[in-house]
Amino acid sequence: MIKVENLKKSFGHNEVLKDINVKVKPQEVVVVIGPSGSGKSTFLRCINQLETITSGRIYIEGVDTTDKKVDINKVRIEVGMVFQHFNLFPHKTVLENIMLAPLKVRKVSKEQAAQNGRELLKKVGLAEKENAYPDSLSGGQKQRVAIARALAMEPKIMLFDEPTSALDPEMVGEVLEVMKQLAKEGMTMVVVTHEMGFAKEVGDRVIFMDEGFIVEENIPKELFENPQQERTKSFLSKVL
Amino acid sequence: MIFRWDIIIEYLPYLLQGTMLTIGLSLGSIILGSVLGLFIGLGRIISNKILSSLFYCYITVFRGTPLLVQIFLIHFGVVPLFAGETNAVVAGVIALSLNAAAYIAEIFRAGIQSIDRGQMEGARSLGLTHSQAMRYIILPQAFKRMVPPLGNEFIVLLKDSSLLSVIAAPELMYWGRAMGGQYFKVWEPYLASAFIYLVLTITLSSLLNLLERRLRTE
Repeated sequence: MIKVENLKKSFGHNEVLKDINVKVKPQEVVVVIGPSGSGKSTFLRCINQLETITSGRIYIEGVDTTDKKVDINKVRIEVGMVFQHFNLFPHKTVLENIMLAPLKVRKVSKEQAAQNGRELLKKVGLAEKENAYPDSLSGGQKQRVAIARALAMEPKIMLFDEPTSALDPEMVGEVLEVMKQLAKEGMTMVVVTHEMGFAKEVGDRVIFMDEGFIVEENIPKELFENPQQERTKSFLSKVL
Repeated sequence: MIFRWDIIIEYLPYLLQGTMLTIGLSLGSIILGSVLGLFIGLGRIISNKILSSLFYCYITVFRGTPLLVQIFLIHFGVVPLFAGETNAVVAGVIALSLNAAAYIAEIFRAGIQSIDRGQMEGARSLGLTHSQAMRYIILPQAFKRMVPPLGNEFIVLLKDSSLLSVIAAPELMYWGRAMGGQYFKVWEPYLASAFIYLVLTITLSSLLNLLERRLRTE
């Protein structure tokens, strides 16, 4: 579904990603963990090319999206993204936030977009908020709207960039609940997170990154209970 | 000193006629200047360094030289060059628009750049093109923030239109000066003109306040 080959990314002289190779199978939930500054968010943002990559190849469903001839906007339709800081559009209501991309990019009818939008809001438990503006919502509600907004494009892959890191602790649960539901429905997901509980429970595979490298990857049980690398051990001993 | 109300009343029709032209000149220049300013402001932030530096040059020149000099150059130089003869009203609108565009461009640029990067990323991640994201997400939000500085610029422009009296565009200040010239008076013509300008700017700023409030509650 996703195949990343020899991905490198530098900001100026600072090499943030040094030769990343990852494969994600359909319906797989891959969780990326690691200390801050390890490059995990940058890695995620390279997948839908919010960051222009320095070198390497990224295949999504067999298509080389780093090819200049490929329209990246078409690729992004298939790849939804949820951000740490929600990035909801504050001048639009909750429902308008969700409807915008289906209307303008997928060109569905207004009625259809509204109907889909309401269904998605019901799914994330915010049916009564459709006319509210984002600023009137709590962090957890905002993030659930952001998930619904990404799902409205009916993506095949969802990327989550520390979706609970900006939330008050009591709101983390409601967002993780929605993500678990999504995983259960078979969505292919790549999740950058500090929520080790989520990684253990929902992840099919966990990738530990540090200093721009993938240090270790394994099924959650193995990685958490029996880490092979020193760096993984020392990181896990600090966070668990 | 006797304040001669009678000459103000005598000149009132001319002053009002001039006021109408002042309003027309200002409105025309506000519209042209804003369109041009948006274009230049967007040009200033494109990634092509050569193109964006051209727009930067425009801003530098028109902000860095006196409006009065620009008015003379356009009235006696540029307009005759292209049209054969000159016309004070046309030259006036061109000069005011070009000058205001430089300031408005900077207002647009600052407004656009003040919007959080995440807004563009959020929009692009959904598959919107750069221009769709600009149109539906960035510009509507930036516009709200631009209203107060734009309002300032419009008020400055309205007052600066009085400079066009020196190229004999028959606007408000032109008739004020004509009145002063005819009666060798200072207070009556200039206080009368000042009063009318004040009415115009107060009206304009309350309209802008209204717009600002409407945008806020939206």
